[in-house]
Amino acid sequence: MLALCAMSRITRKDVERTAELARLSLSDDEIEAMTHDLGRILDHVDQLQALDTEGIEPTAHAIPLATPLRADEASPGIAADLALSNAPLQEGYAFVVPKVIEGEDS
Amino acid sequence: MSDNPLDRYEVVIGLEVHTHLKTNSKLFSPAPVRYGDAPNHDVHPIDLGMPGVLPVLNEKVIGLAIRLGLATHSRVNTRSVFSRKNYFYPDLPKGYQISQYEEPVVSDGWLEIEVPAVSEGGGGNGKKTGGTTIKRIGVTRAHLEEDAGKSIHDVAVAGADGTHIDLNRAGVPLLEIVSEPDLRSAVEAGAYLRTLRSILRYLEVSDADMEKGQFRCDANVSLRLWGSEEFGTRTEIKNLNSFSNVEGAIGAEIIRQAEILDDGGEIQQATMAYDVDRRRTRVLRLKENADDYRYFDDPDLIPLLIDEELIEAVRADLPELPEQKLVRFRDQYDLPAETIRILVASRPLADYFERCAAACTSVKAAANWIGRDLRQALSDGGRGIENSALDAETLAVLIGLVEEGRLTAKNARDLLPELVAQGGDPVSLMEERGLEAVSDAGVIDEWVMQVIQANAGAVESVRAGDDKPLNFLMGKVMKAAGGKANPGEVRTRLVEMIRDSA
Amino acid sequence: MENLEAQRAALEASELSSLELVSAALARAEAEGRSLGAVVGLRAEAALAEAAESDARRRAGEIRSPLDGTPVLLKDNMVMQGEPTTCASRILEPFVSPYDGAAAERLQAAGAIILGRANMDEFAMGATTENSIFGPARNPWDPERTCGGSSGGSAAAVAAGVTGFALGSDTGGSIRQPASFCGVVGMKPSYGRVSRWGLVAFASSLDQIGPFTHTAREAAWVLEAISGHDPRDSTSLPEKSPDLVSALTGDVSGLRIGLPKEYFVDDGADSGVVEAVRQGVAELESAGAKVVEVSLPHTPYVVSTYYLVATAEASSNLARYDGARFGRRAEGVGDLDSMYRRSRSEGFGDEVKRRILLGTYVLSAGYFDAYYRKAQQVRTLVRSDFERAFEACDVIAGPTYPEVAFSLGARLDDPVSLYLGDIYTVSANLAGLPGISLPCGQLQGLPVGMQLLGRSLDEATLLRVADAFQRRTDHHEQSPPRAR
Repeated sequence: MLALCAMSRITRKDVERTAELARLSLSDDEIEAMTHDLGRILDHVDQLQALDTEGIEPTAHAIPLATPLRADEASPGIAADLALSNAPLQEGYAFVVPKVIEGEDS
Repeated sequence: MSDNPLDRYEVVIGLEVHTHLKTNSKLFSPAPVRYGDAPNHDVHPIDLGMPGVLPVLNEKVIGLAIRLGLATHSRVNTRSVFSRKNYFYPDLPKGYQISQYEEPVVSDGWLEIEVPAVSEGGGGNGKKTGGTTIKRIGVTRAHLEEDAGKSIHDVAVAGADGTHIDLNRAGVPLLEIVSEPDLRSAVEAGAYLRTLRSILRYLEVSDADMEKGQFRCDANVSLRLWGSEEFGTRTEIKNLNSFSNVEGAIGAEIIRQAEILDDGGEIQQATMAYDVDRRRTRVLRLKENADDYRYFDDPDLIPLLIDEELIEAVRADLPELPEQKLVRFRDQYDLPAETIRILVASRPLADYFERCAAACTSVKAAANWIGRDLRQALSDGGRGIENSALDAETLAVLIGLVEEGRLTAKNARDLLPELVAQGGDPVSLMEERGLEAVSDAGVIDEWVMQVIQANAGAVESVRAGDDKPLNFLMGKVMKAAGGKANPGEVRTRLVEMIRDSA
Repeated sequence: MENLEAQRAALEASELSSLELVSAALARAEAEGRSLGAVVGLRAEAALAEAAESDARRRAGEIRSPLDGTPVLLKDNMVMQGEPTTCASRILEPFVSPYDGAAAERLQAAGAIILGRANMDEFAMGATTENSIFGPARNPWDPERTCGGSSGGSAAAVAAGVTGFALGSDTGGSIRQPASFCGVVGMKPSYGRVSRWGLVAFASSLDQIGPFTHTAREAAWVLEAISGHDPRDSTSLPEKSPDLVSALTGDVSGLRIGLPKEYFVDDGADSGVVEAVRQGVAELESAGAKVVEVSLPHTPYVVSTYYLVATAEASSNLARYDGARFGRRAEGVGDLDSMYRRSRSEGFGDEVKRRILLGTYVLSAGYFDAYYRKAQQVRTLVRSDFERAFEACDVIAGPTYPEVAFSLGARLDDPVSLYLGDIYTVSANLAGLPGISLPCGQLQGLPVGMQLLGRSLDEATLLRVADAFQRRTDHHEQSPPRAR
């Protein structure tokens, strides 16, 4: 139905960099497979480049609304016990994650 | 080469201020905004980034953002858009921060700061003329965003292997106010921050309490040779949480950059931290791998539309700003410039003064009592003007007693700490404690005569033209009077009676 | 007693109690539901207690809605306080929701009895319900074939008669396509019609909850119960729940049915599917509707547009699954970075990873304009296509999917060809329009679905046409061999 051209521009390196951004670890085989799959998908979506969209407003939402507002009234939220009920690791009322090294902060 | 890097380089500073907006609930969730609660006690599933939750914008922040926009002569944008800034960090629950990126709520404004005047000719050799001058600083933009939670790294709390995450602060509304790179010294940066904080407090946009983390500053600093048109490579010093840290960090960073440039090196774009104890900045991380935040419009939120009517309603309701109040006080009250500056520095103080002055016979007395004695008593008692038990009208009564000579200034001053802490009626207090000044001339003359007779030597010196012992004699009389005599009257009678007793 | 209308009648005539109905449904869920892989979790005790309460209400004459006392399954991506929600993902396997979602709340307010959770593709990403930690859900018409996806468990359960209705979510066809494969009615309402509060997000600007039923009339009952403004969802329409049942007049005379020429091209859908749809349209024509040709010129681009928009949003929506506050954290992680990487790599399946990577890539610096922004612009063009088409017609008809249910495993290695099958369904999500799939015939013993698309917020017309069709045909009364 839709022609797929064989040209694939996404490289292993692109996939590795993207996996880094998405915090995914991929094995060599997975990188290979993802490079292939994403290449095929991108080859297909490259068809959009043929469309002239000069001056066309992008659609972020299908509905033409202004954002609704909430009155500034505080409610208690949820109990701390419930907030932490799914925590993989907690201490007291805090979630615990492995030590954060300073500088990782953005 | 001169030791002062400012002789060689012009400093260019831009500031990003994050200020907590004064709301009851969070930006996108109904959880309360509170400080000092136990971890994760002020959270809603929205703040935890639970699966399936959605943000709804807090109405209050719009009016607050408009106020700041109007006060900084900015454009309030009738359409603004919430975007997602994507990055991973454990105190950022959703893996993205909802912020505004391409279309902020406020843009293109300015505010004026008062800075020490320098002589014409620029360069690092500008000399202070002793006066001050007004400088206009551009406000690039102000945008709404949610605060992150807190990571507690402290080994004493979190142990050696873990970091604790407290999400009470996650979702607290922030206004990020970004200045143009118009600031040229640490002192100007400090003046800009003080001015901005005063505006935020005046408008009740933010309590801007730096100790509570409600007013935080990142500083972008670069150097360039004098006369150069291009900006140098800048570094960003993060999370400065006091005025002295801002000024100290900028000063330290200027020295660090100047040393690198002097050695022929290049500044690397970096995020810096300020080490308060060592008074030095250090690189947290280089920005060579520029962060890729993948900003895009938040599909859970629709653009924020603000109509002109709302902007005009906020404008009509806008309280007098510090700069306007300063001008009005100068016109309206015949007071020294320094006193006016002190009174206008805080809106509650200025309001208090105006209420007190209206009830007082003497504006000058009200200004002096509030500007000096009341502020002292409040600060000694560790309170702000907002929680003084002594209201402005009662203070006027106290001042009236002094003006009428019924109470000495010293006794009035001694009553202030108690009045500020517990309140009370100055007249009854004076009467209960028997503090009413003695104005009976006969009684005062009697005390004066006793002192003259008991201190013949000092009296003799005065008579011989030496005024120095007069204060000593005054003290003796006041002591005899138990502080209840009017010092002016005592002095007059003392001089007269020494002369007459010759 | 396996369709909703019959259940309602039996309850109203006191021929059956809700307790009996729910007990029987639980038994079917344990048997057919589990063997088909359609049902992945049950709350039997709570459901029975609620059924007893419903019976008490009925005795007291305090029935809340036509759904009171009837059993329902939720796709496993809608949260309910105290119940697990897994999205069929390893990363959410241990998750128990601390809050109630709107769908569960509205159903319970209507008196419906939530039986449990239905299987799905992981995070609603897929078209076969094979991307699931619970294993695939199977098609009741042929267990060796897929039931479609991503709401495949809901579709299969309704087709097999486990419950009379179920809820699914539709981001690019995830209700309509499995409805088509399983021979039931599946409806995606207009964007903003049903609250997304408590629906675990895949692509926020496209996701919408909707019902699976046997008839358009039943769909109208369910939609009336679950739709309406929700102040907790900023994209919820300010409209009240529409009056849909009264729109079901059976009258379609003069109504204009648009056939997009791009949906009926030579190298498009399977000819048998096209034939069945054409017969369905002819049936409506004989009922007095007018058939007109319309054009949706950007049809060849909708799949590309959809996958760019959906994956970009998904890459961000799925960032919260990081092992920090809920869900599964990988074992023995000594530093923050490995907590993120290993929890996510071990927690997500291949299709989810593929889409996260694609979405991350198209949002990243240097590609944003060429891919994401471009797709948003084409989305505008797709919307305009529909605006123009709806000037000439009231409802658009066509196939729901280019083919009937295919064999399990057939497309596992070929994501692109699977994506291309979404060509008829994704437009409704891109444009925010309501769409419904209803059975219109069979091909090789497997159901064929006809899709109707309506104007935004015009669910009433859509359901009126679907109901009129069902009044004149019996395709919706066909049941799969296993359920017979």
